[in-house]
Amino acid sequence: MKPPRFDYVAPASVAETIEALAGTTEARILAGGQSLVPLMNLRLARPTLLVDVNRVADLAGFETRNGTLRFGAMCRHRFLETDPLVRREAPIVAKTAGMIGHVHIRNRGTLGGSIAHADPVAEFPALLVALGGRVIAGSTGGERAIPAAELFAGPFTTSLEPEELLSAVEVPAHTPGDGGGFAEFARRHGDFATAGVVVILHRDGSGACVRLRAAGCGLGPTPVDLSAAGEFLLGESALSAGAAAELGRRTAALADPPGDVHGSKEYRRELAAVLAADAVRTAWQRAGSTGWGAGD
Amino acid sequence: MTAVRFSLNGEAAEVDVEPRELLLDTLRDRLAMRGAHAGCEQGACGACTVHLDGSGVRSCLLFTVQVGGAEVRTIEGVGSPGALHPIQQALSEHHGLQCGFCTPGMVLTALELFETDPHPTRERIEEWMSGNLCRCTGYVNIVAALEAVAGEGS
Repeated sequence: MKPPRFDYVAPASVAETIEALAGTTEARILAGGQSLVPLMNLRLARPTLLVDVNRVADLAGFETRNGTLRFGAMCRHRFLETDPLVRREAPIVAKTAGMIGHVHIRNRGTLGGSIAHADPVAEFPALLVALGGRVIAGSTGGERAIPAAELFAGPFTTSLEPEELLSAVEVPAHTPGDGGGFAEFARRHGDFATAGVVVILHRDGSGACVRLRAAGCGLGPTPVDLSAAGEFLLGESALSAGAAAELGRRTAALADPPGDVHGSKEYRRELAAVLAADAVRTAWQRAGSTGWGAGD
Repeated sequence: MTAVRFSLNGEAAEVDVEPRELLLDTLRDRLAMRGAHAGCEQGACGACTVHLDGSGVRSCLLFTVQVGGAEVRTIEGVGSPGALHPIQQALSEHHGLQCGFCTPGMVLTALELFETDPHPTRERIEEWMSGNLCRCTGYVNIVAALEAVAGEGS
């Protein structure tokens, strides 16, 4: 028996989940369990109560509403990767989902779980920052929206309260001319990334870049907003090899990555430069293609 | 203790477990399904792979209390000693196993692939199988075996 003892409840609705969480401080939500259960098996996490939300139907699914894409927190990576509607309406979300771990991890792992877990090398927190998205959190005190910029407080730490349930993730709907690219490096296929950079941009009818946002994972204690590195590209109609490399240099200058056994600070800076150049090339090309860049 | 009822290889199973009991331990210690192997027990190696409602999952990362009402399939529900599943036959023919510890997980992982894509490319096979570790074969013969399965009936 590897994990420590805990109490277990499996509520059927969001309301019941919030009720189960009320007044607790050591409870954890069990979503896909692909990060939490390893931590429990190693006894690095010792929740006293697990609130299993796998049977809460309201937390699944995906919808488009008034220019916003709303994903239920329990959308599994594999669903996001393969669902035709998600692939069409949110191609960068589908692409990013497919980059996570291995297929059996993706069969269980969830969007909301990944974001709430806030691993600094995880893909979805960085994507949420780059997309300028937000999460919806509920408790007995009501519901609130937390913008990505205010969500990630530190490694594995968010501004969610212990009693709060992250119920949905919202990002702006993709429009024609949008393109996203996510480049990451891992020593072995499917491993946690050493570092990654995601670039989201929009090109208008003439092909000029009018919006660009970027974020990185593995480059700091939280997902790092790297948008400032791309400001010089606004108004440009072509992306030269030199411009992509310049974005890389500016990204490396902005990033303040940690040095550890997986890579020194300098190494991660180099990676950030290379990955940012890769990501912007992909985003640029997708933004310039028809079908919202989903066609590759 | 919680009573949990589920379908195991098509037959009804019922166990009484603490919430913290992992499906892997229930299968091995209570239900004598020892083909699910306990390797890393932290989701890294794939030796404990089973199917949950048709999808491959790591049974070391699931609590037994979570599978109430679900269909669980283990390697004991795939082929038999006298009539190997084509994936098992191909692994045997291509020397796709040596010690055999990873093999049940490999078979169940490959099974999910072939159920959704009967003729995957080599690249797809390699990507799909990449979450299952093998310390003996160097993977080459596992991939060769699965390529042979992929080429059958095409």
